[in-house]
Amino acid sequence: MMRAPTTSLPLVLDRVGFSAGGVEILHDLSLRIEPGAPTIILGPNGAGKSVLLRLCHGLLSPSGGSIRAGNVAVSTERTALVFQRPVMLRRSVLANVAYGIVGKHARGRASALLERVGLSHLARRPARKLSGGEQQRVALARAWGRNPEILFLDEPTASLDPAATRAVEDIVGEIAAQGVKIVMATHDLGQARRLAGDVAFLHKGRLLEHTPAATFFDAPRTPQAAAFLRGELLT
Amino acid sequence: MHDLSHAFSLALQLAASGDPGLWQIVGLSLQVTLSAVAISTLLGLPVGALLALGRFPGRNALIVIFNAAMGLPPVVVGLVVYLLLSRSGPLGEFGILFTPKAMVIAQSILVFPIVTALSRQVIEDLWAEYSEQLRSLGSNAAKSIGTLLWDGRFSLVTVVLAGFGRAAAEVGAIIIVGGNIDGFTRTMTTAIALETSKGDLALALGLGFVLLMIVVLVNGAAWIARRAGERLAGA
Amino acid sequence: MRLLRLALAFTAILAVTVPASAQDKSIIVASTTSTENSGLFKYLLPIFKEKTGIDVKVVALGTGQALDVGRRGDADVVFVHAKPLEEKFVADGEGVARYEVMYNDFVVIGPKSDPAKIAGSKDVLEAFKKIAAAKASFISRGDKSGTHVAELKYWKEADIDPETGKGSWYKEIGQGMGAALNTASSSNSYVLSDRGTWISFKNRGDLKIVVEGDKRLFNQYGVMLVNPVKHPNVKKELGQTFIDWLVSPEGQKAIANYKIDGEQLFFPNATGKPST
Repeated sequence: MMRAPTTSLPLVLDRVGFSAGGVEILHDLSLRIEPGAPTIILGPNGAGKSVLLRLCHGLLSPSGGSIRAGNVAVSTERTALVFQRPVMLRRSVLANVAYGIVGKHARGRASALLERVGLSHLARRPARKLSGGEQQRVALARAWGRNPEILFLDEPTASLDPAATRAVEDIVGEIAAQGVKIVMATHDLGQARRLAGDVAFLHKGRLLEHTPAATFFDAPRTPQAAAFLRGELLT
Repeated sequence: MHDLSHAFSLALQLAASGDPGLWQIVGLSLQVTLSAVAISTLLGLPVGALLALGRFPGRNALIVIFNAAMGLPPVVVGLVVYLLLSRSGPLGEFGILFTPKAMVIAQSILVFPIVTALSRQVIEDLWAEYSEQLRSLGSNAAKSIGTLLWDGRFSLVTVVLAGFGRAAAEVGAIIIVGGNIDGFTRTMTTAIALETSKGDLALALGLGFVLLMIVVLVNGAAWIARRAGERLAGA
Repeated sequence: MRLLRLALAFTAILAVTVPASAQDKSIIVASTTSTENSGLFKYLLPIFKEKTGIDVKVVALGTGQALDVGRRGDADVVFVHAKPLEEKFVADGEGVARYEVMYNDFVVIGPKSDPAKIAGSKDVLEAFKKIAAAKASFISRGDKSGTHVAELKYWKEADIDPETGKGSWYKEIGQGMGAALNTASSSNSYVLSDRGTWISFKNRGDLKIVVEGDKRLFNQYGVMLVNPVKHPNVKKELGQTFIDWLVSPEGQKAIANYKIDGEQLFFPNATGKPST
């Protein structure tokens, strides 16, 4: 009998709660992320988006409830996360990209990835000397090199200018085109409109809406989502 | 002031003269100090890393103890090691007292806490910056420690140089356990102590300047090695 | 990989640092700082090595510490100048026998201004009485060395308790002869010194010899083999060879030949037989 191939999708959160330092950050959150077009996690500051991504990636464990990733355990081996501020190791750009890549041809694959994000000319430069936008592209190449099933991104362009933002979005699009599921948190509405397949809206640690993009942007169901879309909901 | 300038010219004469007695003393000083630093570094870096990353009962007490041990009085360490290595002491059968080996042991005891305590701080600070990113990239404990030690290499070299400085400058411990035996356990610092006690202050100060020149040379060599390393890594 | 390279480097360094185990023909002699500082050993030991091939390693300490090293079995031979302490050492079974080797003398050093007015005296007890009476600044080694023991003996024989001057004119520094002379030089004080250290001392300032020649100032040196029954590690044959050479005509002649600035420092007086 053939065993079903292992997969991390759908990612199912069942009544997930998370507390830290006596503060409840996520509350009773149930969410189902399917394979396919990018899922955008939207919400104001302090909504709990970063914590949600870290839970799904496996960096944190829920205080309550459970997370199932397809038919395997939640793990940093099968998914990758690009942080808002990337951490560049004190070595060359190429070495950074190669860091998470397992196997003999790590440097070769890292070179190819650098090519795809347009940074081959900086391969030998110390990574910490790059601009914010360039570092974020290095982080993307590095995460891509992990061959993830799901790529999580935590507000990757929040500190970047429009040109750098555009470059990052293009790369995310290329990764998505390869079949990698994108789950991205952002508070940039324009970016959300450009990339979303479906939207999960968070507010004060609760999931208020999870709908296809068109539905969310044209006809939000909750007053908080509507306020957020008008630019009125700041926290 | 006249004494100082006289001593300085004496130092230059000594260094230029190629006096074999002087170079024997310089050679022994370097042997003892470099051996103690090597031992302390080989033990201190891993222990510092374990203290930085580990979480276990008694960790905080250990950190305080190592920090305090940076201030161990050399003469007390010398006395304790002397009592241990004396023929009437527990380790007397090895016959190590009054030999360079005993001096290396005493200096290692002084330098080891310095390397451990300072590298712990360096690695802990680096880990605070790196831990999430390294875990996200699938780095296990062993690989993480290697990454921290490599990425922290410049600060860690300075830590080792601090240990070297302490060992090169010290006289209280090695004069007790070594016995300041002419031609056998006499080092720069013990020779300076001897000449001072004989009232030959100019010679003592002159030897002091020679010692300073050597320490500066060692630090200069470390600097050159670092620049060469940077260039090789493609700065 | 890096760890492996470091381990190799460490082993190499250790290998270079530790050739010492190849020292078969050597002995450790615990002696005093004043004897070492006089330069006598630098002169004598090469002669002895030439003759016997034995390396003599001198650990120079205060007399009290030298005897303690002997008691612990950390030296093979003890060579100091404090007769009562040496006799006790043998009586306690720590040493095999005491042989007289040589004597030098003590001198009283003082400032040119000579507040106690003792310069030129040949009576050390009178001199000490005058120093106490004048409450003139006096530096004591205070370290149970042979020199210190002698100094205390003179105070006692002069019927003076120097402790009464502690904190004002009588200063115990707990250090060696060179340090005591340095302190006396910078504070224009009186101090008791062995002639050998004084002759080689370069930081004299305003100091000079004020009292010398009193027979009571003679300083007898004795040498003893550490008891090999108590401490089996003692190299008794090599140690005894050294003692035998010191008291032999050859050794005695070498001692007499040692001079600084043309002056003889040590006067051989061995009888070749143990003194007790």
